[in-house]
Amino acid sequence: MKLAFDIFTVSSVSAGALFFLAGTVGLLRFPDSLTRLHALTKVDNLGLGLVVLGLLPQTNGLFSAFKLVSIWLLVQLSGAIVTQLIAGAVRQHGSHG
Amino acid sequence: MTILSFFDIGLVVLILGVGAWTIAAREAFAAVIAFVVYGLLLAIAWVRLSAVDVALTEAAIGGGMTGMLMLGAVARLRSAKGNDTRTGLPVRLVAGVLCALIAVGLATAILLPPEAIPTLAPTVMENLAQTGLGNPVAGVLFVYRALDTLLEKVVLLLALLGVWSSAPDSVWGGIPGLRVYARPNSTLTFLAQLLPPVGIVVAIYMCWVGAKEPGGAFQGGTVLAAMWLLVMIAGLESVPSISQPWLHLLLVVGPVIFLVIGLAGFVWATAFLAYPSGYAKPLIVVVEVALTVSIGVALGMLAAGPPERVQQQ
Repeated sequence: MKLAFDIFTVSSVSAGALFFLAGTVGLLRFPDSLTRLHALTKVDNLGLGLVVLGLLPQTNGLFSAFKLVSIWLLVQLSGAIVTQLIAGAVRQHGSHG
Repeated sequence: MTILSFFDIGLVVLILGVGAWTIAAREAFAAVIAFVVYGLLLAIAWVRLSAVDVALTEAAIGGGMTGMLMLGAVARLRSAKGNDTRTGLPVRLVAGVLCALIAVGLATAILLPPEAIPTLAPTVMENLAQTGLGNPVAGVLFVYRALDTLLEKVVLLLALLGVWSSAPDSVWGGIPGLRVYARPNSTLTFLAQLLPPVGIVVAIYMCWVGAKEPGGAFQGGTVLAAMWLLVMIAGLESVPSISQPWLHLLLVVGPVIFLVIGLAGFVWATAFLAYPSGYAKPLIVVVEVALTVSIGVALGMLAAGPPERVQQQ
């Protein structure tokens, strides 16, 4: 059972890391602010989500698992809203580079 | 070489790189962003050194709060453009020499440590049970080095007085010039309505858990300050003028309670800031709660900046 949990953790966290890598490449390579924001939100939602999902079997107790999931939810909330605010500023003032 | 040592080496290289970028960046805004990243990377380094308390403080104060203060400074400098004078070569030379001296001093301290590093850690761990606290860091802060902790909070108030004193006489006692983006139904308003209840619970949790696990008054207070600033920036609450009596009360309540309990130590126990045996933990929790409130208000007002306009009657 322990081995199955470990395999699940390794595969899920690796998949999350892959999303982080893809998001970083997108952040560096995409042509303008809006598409770069798009790349960034994918990392926040899916990458961190997969990392948290993978770490859940490794927690000791429900409370730690709850804390991990709350961190993911809070990052999603702040990520989504900050992205909205930046995108709004870009639309209003135009993108600089 | 394990995978963790690769991670550590990568982390150190990143920290040095971001540190160098902070200094080299030509634009103030870019330098501040790099500084915030630097603070967050340092927090990860503290976690790798098993100093989670320091990591939390570094992330909250070093990355978050200082970053916010410096962003405010950058915005002020931008609006004050036109009368910026470039510092002359002698001043820059002296600053460079002083910085180099500090760097050399730090390098000698780290590269040539004494044979046996003096430590009181084993003594602390032996006597920790008497305090009723489970977190050795909280034990040191509130029992063995309580005077340092008290003075640290007073320094925060002095810093706030310093910021307030930079206001011109005409607006003294007025409202801090925090930039407010009050747009009803914007996403910022939504965040400012949704996040504070969660943030306040997190702050209380951090303050409470500080007695036995990493956390404490400074970390909790920073979260409180962030929530307060969010609500003020979104325009849901007005920025209070610095002459409000309740503001002064909240600012001093933490240090005053700490000082009163410390003075009572002369009567109840043996010395200043000594706790009567058996009551150490409840007293420390009372002090921590009061300090969390004071730190939260002080940090919030520090970020709000010096007064800029007088209250309209």
